[in-house]
Amino acid sequence: MSTTSTSPQQNSRNAPSWSRLALILSAWAMFIIFLVLPLAIVLIEALKMGVAHFFESMIEPDAISALKLTLLAVAISVPLNLVFGVAAAWCVSKHDFYGKSVLITLIDLPFSVSPIIAGLVYVLLFGAQGFFGEWLIEHDIQIIFAVPGIVLATLFVTVPFVARELIPLMQQQGTQEEEAARLLGASGWQMFWHVTVPNIKWGLMYGVVLCTARAMGEFGAVSVVSGHIRGFTNTLPLHVEILYNEYNHVAAFSVASLLLILALIMLLLKQWSESRINRQLNNGDE
Amino acid sequence: MSRRTSPVIPGFGLTLGYTLVYLSLLVFLPLAGMFIYASQLSWSEFYTIISAPRVLAALKLSFGTAFIAALLNGVIGTLFAWVLVRYRFPGRKVIDAMIDLPFALPTAVAGIALTALYAPNGFVGRFANDLGIAIAYTPFGITLALTFVTLPFVVRTIQPVLADIPRELEEAATCLGARPLQVFRYVLLPALLPAWLTGFALAFARGVGEYGSVIFIAGNMPGKTEILPLLIMVKLDQYDYVGATAIGVMMLVVSFVLLLLINILQRYVAKG
Repeated sequence: MSTTSTSPQQNSRNAPSWSRLALILSAWAMFIIFLVLPLAIVLIEALKMGVAHFFESMIEPDAISALKLTLLAVAISVPLNLVFGVAAAWCVSKHDFYGKSVLITLIDLPFSVSPIIAGLVYVLLFGAQGFFGEWLIEHDIQIIFAVPGIVLATLFVTVPFVARELIPLMQQQGTQEEEAARLLGASGWQMFWHVTVPNIKWGLMYGVVLCTARAMGEFGAVSVVSGHIRGFTNTLPLHVEILYNEYNHVAAFSVASLLLILALIMLLLKQWSESRINRQLNNGDE
Repeated sequence: MSRRTSPVIPGFGLTLGYTLVYLSLLVFLPLAGMFIYASQLSWSEFYTIISAPRVLAALKLSFGTAFIAALLNGVIGTLFAWVLVRYRFPGRKVIDAMIDLPFALPTAVAGIALTALYAPNGFVGRFANDLGIAIAYTPFGITLALTFVTLPFVVRTIQPVLADIPRELEEAATCLGARPLQVFRYVLLPALLPAWLTGFALAFARGVGEYGSVIFIAGNMPGKTEILPLLIMVKLDQYDYVGATAIGVMMLVVSFVLLLLINILQRYVAKG
């Protein structure tokens, strides 16, 4: 966050106050049009038929099984990408080696790949016509149109989140504290748990929050591999789509508002961890 | 691989190995698989698939709308970043926190919300309809959805850079007689441009591949409002794996070439 303090005199010198007012007002207008309206419409549409209907759509069996599958996908993909993120950030930020910048670019690769392609590559590997299709059928293992496919697709799109938050943070922190711990006789793991982890815990939390939000809301990649089998391979976002396409708008927006509330909680957690990171960095500077 | 860091920091081999194995299994090998799958096709077969009118129309639509959305974000995002960094006003913290909503909100939720707003009978679409403007089910609606989902990119890349520009630079320029627009053109713009391009590239790449927020508002008419990712989905539903793969490969290659060009442009700009 910025720490620039602006006194009124400075502003009046650089920009006339009417232009400042105009800019602030247009930012507010953009904020309302682009962010507040979509948020409000979800809640308005969900509550159109009353609160009872709203809750009914959420506790209906298909919605519950979709919620469970979404939680399962989050519970598997977030810890795996967390471990990956720490390992990747460790080797990239605490060590120097040839090809490092290429590796950093490659870690971000899933961000520039369309989620549909993320789903497609797994269909080509594990689908009936895919590379391992026949072998999987012989051994009676189903990946595509089943839960493992959904987990794989979610993993693919969320790979970079933890790593990309940790890398700049750990680069900024340097290696002095770790070196001191080692010279004082700490083992590798002691150094990691007692020096590194306390330093990066808020950055970790930040990455985990972003990763969770994306894993919970992923639609395209999961849609390709899901097969949309109600009650079995539907995640919450896919359930929203099905309800919406069946013109069951109230139910669709009710489930959507559940996802919206989860998203707002993620934003709050993100804001909180961000302020803790800043506080920690500022303390470290002094 | 040679390493130059102090040897007391352990875990280099372990973490590098783990990183490479994990990325390879999850990302590189599956992506390579797609290219191998596409290599079943001869060049002429590949060309026939990707030069079909329906595919070309989707290609133009996807890249065109993503480009315009990224440009729009370049303007709106700069406005947000400027106001959030430079001014103190009521609600600043709320706006700052909520800018990231499009990243946190599942894209399908964004899609149905925007459709409910901008459909001809929607809250905003109704008024536009009276004026004879159709928003939903047109390329305009697609652009709107893409602008929403990629909104945070430009704001978040420019914000830290803008905060770091010393105010003294602008004050010096003003003291030397520069007008506000000249200050912007000659002092702020050169400093902001590299970050602006990064934000633009991120928004553009995300916009080209975006699916969830678009399909509800797009109308999905083949040749008119059908985006490239949806076309891949359609081919997959028809069990046309080869067709889907060919389009996927083309899409990846075109995106990477464009990102590479933006990267080169950015280096050129950063050098001045």
